[in-house]
Amino acid sequence: MEKFIKHTGTGVPLRRSNVDTDQIIPAVYLKRVTRSGFEDGLFSAWRSDPEFVLNKEEFKGGTVLVAGPEFGTGSSREHAVWALQNYGFKAVISSRFADIFRGNSLKGGLLTVILPQVAVEAIWQAIESVPSTSITVDLDTRTVSYNEVTVAFELDDYTRWRLMEGLDDIGLTLKHTDSIDAFEVKRPSYKPTTLPIRI
Amino acid sequence: MGKTLAEKIWDAHIVRQAAGEPDLLYIDLQLVHEVTSAQAFDGLRLAGRKVRRPDLTIATEDHNTPTLDILKPIADPVSKLQIDTLRNNAKEFGIRIHSLGDADQGVVHVVGPQLGITQPGMTIVCGDSHTSTHGAFGAIAFGIGTSEVEHVLATQTLPSSRPKTMAINVEGTLKTGVTAKDIILAIIAQIGTGGGQGYIIEYRGSAIRELSMEGRMTVCNMSIEAGARAGLIAPDQKTFDYIKGKPHAPENFAEAQSYWETLFTDSDAKFDREITLDANTLEPFVTWGTNPGQGLPLNASVPNPADIKDSEERGAAERALEYMGLTAGTPLKKIAIDTVFLGSCTNGRIEDLRAAASVVEGKKIAPKLRMLVVPGSERVRQQAMKEGLDKVFLDFGAEWRNAGCSMCLGMNPDQLAVGERSASTSNRNFEGRQGKGGRTHLVSPLVAAATAIRGTLSSPADL
Repeated sequence: MEKFIKHTGTGVPLRRSNVDTDQIIPAVYLKRVTRSGFEDGLFSAWRSDPEFVLNKEEFKGGTVLVAGPEFGTGSSREHAVWALQNYGFKAVISSRFADIFRGNSLKGGLLTVILPQVAVEAIWQAIESVPSTSITVDLDTRTVSYNEVTVAFELDDYTRWRLMEGLDDIGLTLKHTDSIDAFEVKRPSYKPTTLPIRI
Repeated sequence: MGKTLAEKIWDAHIVRQAAGEPDLLYIDLQLVHEVTSAQAFDGLRLAGRKVRRPDLTIATEDHNTPTLDILKPIADPVSKLQIDTLRNNAKEFGIRIHSLGDADQGVVHVVGPQLGITQPGMTIVCGDSHTSTHGAFGAIAFGIGTSEVEHVLATQTLPSSRPKTMAINVEGTLKTGVTAKDIILAIIAQIGTGGGQGYIIEYRGSAIRELSMEGRMTVCNMSIEAGARAGLIAPDQKTFDYIKGKPHAPENFAEAQSYWETLFTDSDAKFDREITLDANTLEPFVTWGTNPGQGLPLNASVPNPADIKDSEERGAAERALEYMGLTAGTPLKKIAIDTVFLGSCTNGRIEDLRAAASVVEGKKIAPKLRMLVVPGSERVRQQAMKEGLDKVFLDFGAEWRNAGCSMCLGMNPDQLAVGERSASTSNRNFEGRQGKGGRTHLVSPLVAAATAIRGTLSSPADL
């Protein structure tokens, strides 16, 4: 995974709440067996509207998505994270993220930043009045800054460390194989197994 | 202080705990399907890793499978590749798979319980958010992303932060015609799509105890629609009776049951949040908007966004009414429906089919309406046919299909057309969920059946 320490880019205001992962990428785009090429499915239904924010010239090239509350609800599809990343987004700011989407994003190196709704509203106003406003998401200092404003956000130390080092979770867990082995020895024998097959 | 049920199960699965790190949780079972697994298997191959416990893993095909002509080659080459990829991965990594045509093919959350591999006290994951269904057996079951699917395949564990616990007490007796689906739709309308965020919900109270295992699965299934990753119900005699005799029921049943009987929330345990719902006053529920929290009793009317105080919710309601093509003040029962979908991991089990069949038996489908009946699994389909339910639905004028997720997510050819309106027993009414431009009203199987007769949103009481 690519390290995430600090990112500076322009923002895209998505003034909608409850943006579910079916909106981020509809099911018909989930047939691919790769992790790339999902950018064409990103918000595909909304993108057919020329007035949709991603179609506006002034927001082209934005890398920080600033969304309404309850972003990423619904389906667990990690394709939603890939679609945002494939399109070019490095960070998403919202006042509330759905749990599974947030977990997926932080596994995959898409930084999801939780800010109070008033702070989100202030960023919306700033980027809507000056779309070229530069936004910096700094994981080292755990802050978002733009213009003269700096807002702190929370992220647990462990996740922050993992993202800043670009570490793969599986590799970290495999260091504890001894603990997994020891746990398995003590598992009760009545726990079900899928093999051998019984019908 | 005592523990809640969720805490007991969580604590029994901790492989490793360290300050400032998430708990490393042991996973008793991973369910796998075609849509969220290909990239995980690729990851294993790239890193030269194996599946640690093929014997705690099971795969089936459901999300992207056809429900017609299932034994012919899949017409869409991209879909075919996805199914073939799962079959090849299962073969390469030694994983049990139930493919199209097999008695245990079907929606992954219907298959686990029918095989008896979903049992109390387990941790169960799947790359699908409706994994919460299995919580009905008193298990911690939750949906994960593809990176986590790979993690569990490689290590049989998952680093997870300990969730908070919420009790939802549903007390009283449901009126005739009010079902498990109405309970959960009412709960989501009450606490909102983010209300359960960060929690494992335990459903409790007399109305929950009265539900059958299948009804309990319906309730737990939609925990995710309230924002909770998992929902569970303490096991009881109904749970034990349901598992007994299933293919993978424990050989030493008594020993297992004596453990299962310890799986309840202690009387002195504390939940982080508690909510109560009165079952006596519940009515059949239906959604009017584009998120599952936008629901109302069927006797109500389409709400007026101007009456909503919260500006965010008001804006969402305005957009929802525009997308749904609805006018504030219209009685919900006046809304005309084009398609009725009976199926999904929420309501695609045998009791759901029986309930709907009992309403439509001897009747005729409303003119111009189409109804798709999609059993949750091939085994459910076989059982229904044994009971003659296929004939009831076909005589009524419905289509009788093969098992799969089908129109619940509109990934296969079973989709709504632009502007088409459905009454659907599934779990999500998101914009375009059942097909681009399609409009979804979530309902129970009884309401779905009555709607198919009258052509407008209806309950059996309206017939």
